[in-house]
Amino acid sequence: MRSADATEAPLPGHRHESFLIHSQFRYAKAAVLLVVAAIVVYLLDQPYGTGYGGSWAGYTLGTVGALLILWLTWFGYQKRNYATIRERLAALLSAHVYLGLALLVVATLHTGFHFGWNVHTLAYALMCIVIASGLFGVYAYARFPRLMTDNRAGMTMQQMLGRIASLGDELRLAALPLDEATAAVVERATATTVIGGSVRRQLSGRLAGCTTEAALAYLDRRDADKPPGSEEAWLRVRVLLDEKALLLARVRRDISFKAIMDVWLYLHVPLAFMLLAALFAHIISVFFLW
Amino acid sequence: MTSTYKIVIVGSGPAGLSAATHAAQHGLTHVLLERAPHLNDTIFKYQKRKHVMATPEFLPLRSELAFKEASREDLIESWTGTTDTLKVNVRFGVEVTAITGEKGNFTVTLANGETLSAEFVVLAIGVQGNLNKLRILGADLPLVQYQLDDPDEYQGEEIVVIGTGDAGLENALALAVNNRVSLVNRVADFPRAKGGNVALIEAAIKRGDIEHLVNCEPKQIEPGVLLVETADGAARVQCNRIIARIGALPPRKFVESCGVVFPNDSPTAFPVLSDTYESTVPGLYVVGALTGYPLIKHCLNQGYEVIEYILGNVIAPADEPLLQAKLDRAGVKMTVAELVNATQQRVSLFRSLTALQIREFLIHSEIHAAPVDSVVVRRGEYSNSLFAILDGEVGIQVDQDDPSDLVNLGPGEFFGEMALISGRRRSNTIVATAPSLLLEVDRNIMIRLVRSELHVRQAIDDAAVARQISTFLGTQVPSKIMSEVLATTLVLEFKPNESLIDEGGLDDAVFLIRKGSVTVSVRLGGRDVVLAYLPAGNYVGEMALITRRPRSATVRAVIATEAIRIDGRSFRALLDHDMELRRTIEEKLGKRLTELQKVRMHAQETSAVEFFMRHGLGEATDVLVIDESLCVRCDNCEKACAELHHGVSRLNREAGPTFDMMHLPTSCRHCEDPHCMKECPPDAIHRAPNGEVWIDDQCIGCGNCERNCPYGVIHMAAVPPEKPGLLKWLLFGWGSGPGEDKSPQGLAKRTGSKHAVKCDMCKDIAGGPACVRACPTGAAIRIDPINIMDSIRQGHR
Repeated sequence: MRSADATEAPLPGHRHESFLIHSQFRYAKAAVLLVVAAIVVYLLDQPYGTGYGGSWAGYTLGTVGALLILWLTWFGYQKRNYATIRERLAALLSAHVYLGLALLVVATLHTGFHFGWNVHTLAYALMCIVIASGLFGVYAYARFPRLMTDNRAGMTMQQMLGRIASLGDELRLAALPLDEATAAVVERATATTVIGGSVRRQLSGRLAGCTTEAALAYLDRRDADKPPGSEEAWLRVRVLLDEKALLLARVRRDISFKAIMDVWLYLHVPLAFMLLAALFAHIISVFFLW
Repeated sequence: MTSTYKIVIVGSGPAGLSAATHAAQHGLTHVLLERAPHLNDTIFKYQKRKHVMATPEFLPLRSELAFKEASREDLIESWTGTTDTLKVNVRFGVEVTAITGEKGNFTVTLANGETLSAEFVVLAIGVQGNLNKLRILGADLPLVQYQLDDPDEYQGEEIVVIGTGDAGLENALALAVNNRVSLVNRVADFPRAKGGNVALIEAAIKRGDIEHLVNCEPKQIEPGVLLVETADGAARVQCNRIIARIGALPPRKFVESCGVVFPNDSPTAFPVLSDTYESTVPGLYVVGALTGYPLIKHCLNQGYEVIEYILGNVIAPADEPLLQAKLDRAGVKMTVAELVNATQQRVSLFRSLTALQIREFLIHSEIHAAPVDSVVVRRGEYSNSLFAILDGEVGIQVDQDDPSDLVNLGPGEFFGEMALISGRRRSNTIVATAPSLLLEVDRNIMIRLVRSELHVRQAIDDAAVARQISTFLGTQVPSKIMSEVLATTLVLEFKPNESLIDEGGLDDAVFLIRKGSVTVSVRLGGRDVVLAYLPAGNYVGEMALITRRPRSATVRAVIATEAIRIDGRSFRALLDHDMELRRTIEEKLGKRLTELQKVRMHAQETSAVEFFMRHGLGEATDVLVIDESLCVRCDNCEKACAELHHGVSRLNREAGPTFDMMHLPTSCRHCEDPHCMKECPPDAIHRAPNGEVWIDDQCIGCGNCERNCPYGVIHMAAVPPEKPGLLKWLLFGWGSGPGEDKSPQGLAKRTGSKHAVKCDMCKDIAGGPACVRACPTGAAIRIDPINIMDSIRQGHR
């Protein structure tokens, strides 16, 4: 028998809601509050405009900033520790983004606008780069998903690659009636199809010297003097090459989107660890070596 | 010459053999008569190397014969050994033609004229001796056979299989390996076979391994030819062998000739028996399949028990302690016999069942002692059992807003049949209004009863129709009008895409959808535009009733759907008598008209509804939808799923269709009537109270569910080895990191047997579905399809 007090646990997320607007900008509001509080602390400090790290306001802002950095870095662990994600990871990411932005203000006020060639400014600079790379991540996350879906036109990567492979067979058949020189160009387009590759190639989404493009260009050049009687085969090859070129462009663009959405993390994460090291150096030098 | 025995046992199947070994154990004078030249003809005739299951597992075995999961060959060998050791007196090749006399002095006449004299007779002849034969000209020709022992015996033949039950399909599949097989089917599908077999046969037909002759009726057999009647006229099918597997029936004529009474005229009826298996002829006992117990273990137990009963020993049936434990657990002071009695006497639904059948389903039932005001079922909850009231009273809360508005049910009545039929959530909360004794019967058992017992099916159907009409049309419909309406209702079945109502039609019937779901659509600019999606529990067609104009829309079944059709005139009579009811209906009608207007203005939105319908949301109860404008393809959803489910992800994020940024990944939809649940041999697939369909540890890895799922969301997987913890990977790079290790090395490390894995909606994990929780951008949600329709209509996601 089901007991009378059995409660229906509400499942998280019954509507699609971006991490940027999560819970009606709850974490954006929290970040604004933090920024305002930091500015107030900074303004209250005497003498105005001269105080930095060493004053009570400086210690307060520094402590808050250091704790924020530790917590923000901890996100990498949290997002993978699935059993302990209480509400939704989107809430955590929302907080990560907005509090990360607030950190920029908190830490800048903590410097009191004093910079120099030392470990303190190094930590600050690293932090700025981490935040900037994070900002790029936010931009990528907000912009590319929709472009990726549009680009794929309802096909999965698997399907596109499968179709490209079968187009190769069809092209070989279709090219049989063509003259030898043209058939050789088409054969090259089917035999060597390059997808992905170096970081630069992945990011650009284009391939200089794509054999399929080359074959299309060749057909264009020969269009006027194509051998008489081969119009039908010519057209057939042309249509197949067009489809292959379109799919290749889509696949390469898809890879490029994925690469862009990943590449900033290769800055964001290692720099965050460097920042942690610099932060410890900064704290230790301030308290023990000053 | 007449030999005299204490006990004559007829038939050496599991029941007869078990009785004979137990009689031999007791040293009683006995003889076991077997028509065939070997023991246990039924099991002997199983397909070679057939795997015999020892279900039900929880039932203790009482027999001299050992029985656990084994091949046909091992089983026969083991039992033959026991029979020899105990020196059972068996006579092969003898057929009994008559049993006369009375307790203490029976005369058993054999086909050769010999007579045996016995104090007691145990009839264990089963039903397999009475195979149905073809009733057409030439049915006795030598090319026709009704049994297939070893499919490998036949090579390169042209074989026709008649019969599309499990036996027919299994034979056709086995024979198709080395022969050309044609399957004769009276209809076009396979309604009488297990889903697993249907999937296999359909695949074989598609591959061209088996020729499927649909809508085909055998007419006559000539040497080498089967003459059939098809939709296109008469046809000749060349063949050198015909295998007819068209079922078996209790050998009623012979049993009746012994004086045994049957309860009714149904050809599927079993003899009337006492609790001790004694028939209406004192001293003549019936055990085995002829009692309605088809499972081997039951038969073995009955054989043992019947000998004890004949000796005058009072022993409790093997299931007695199990049933008593159920009563004790519920805190009910009652004996098992009293419970069986109460079930049979008080609940009219079960009156036609024998005490043995009742014991059998009580094993699969729960007994509840419900105190006053306790909630028995909760509205919106998933559970698909049926409740019968043995004592006390319950109230159905018919008005959601006013919990005190109750319709009361008393002893003998039952409830929960709606959830049983539709597989959807409970439609009303039900509370105990007095201390009550309730019986909760498991859905699978109930469905088995409904299928096999005409009376039960009729009773359930009548009650469901009446209750559905009153639930949907008003709180209390005057019984006079109700009976008038009931007299003109029909329960109709619709295939997917079949229309209930056609736009422009002039009929005026109302349809209450009791199972499945429908779409309401109109023709706009030359194409169908779906206006609404209505699952079971809704009604359609009332618009034409009130406006009395041609139908304004077409209503089509999305999946196999059952609807109650109410005649227009009696429905109008109902409305004329009840102004309040009229108002409710008119209010709904008004809403529907506004919706119609809105849709005509935003025709684009509705194609989203069409998309979701096409991809099976018509039968889904909870579905994972990813908003691709938010999804960053990080696959954290898959990783979280794998991490929390033994390293195997149950969803494939990229696979599946997309429409306008709405992506349906390959992930369980928790169908209202789950396809996967249909043919699970160990009954390992369940539906939890919140609707989750999940697989327990009993899974034997047969793959039926994987084949039956139309959405490809179940797969067979072996559990991967344990991985080091997350921090070890993060800091030192040990192991493959979070998520499923799909690398070739990772896959190679998986050993052990494969089991079916599917989404269980993280029902045992605090916080709900991990895929949704782990989505960093808010792209993944799990949602009831009805809410998707609503949000599409409101223009936001």
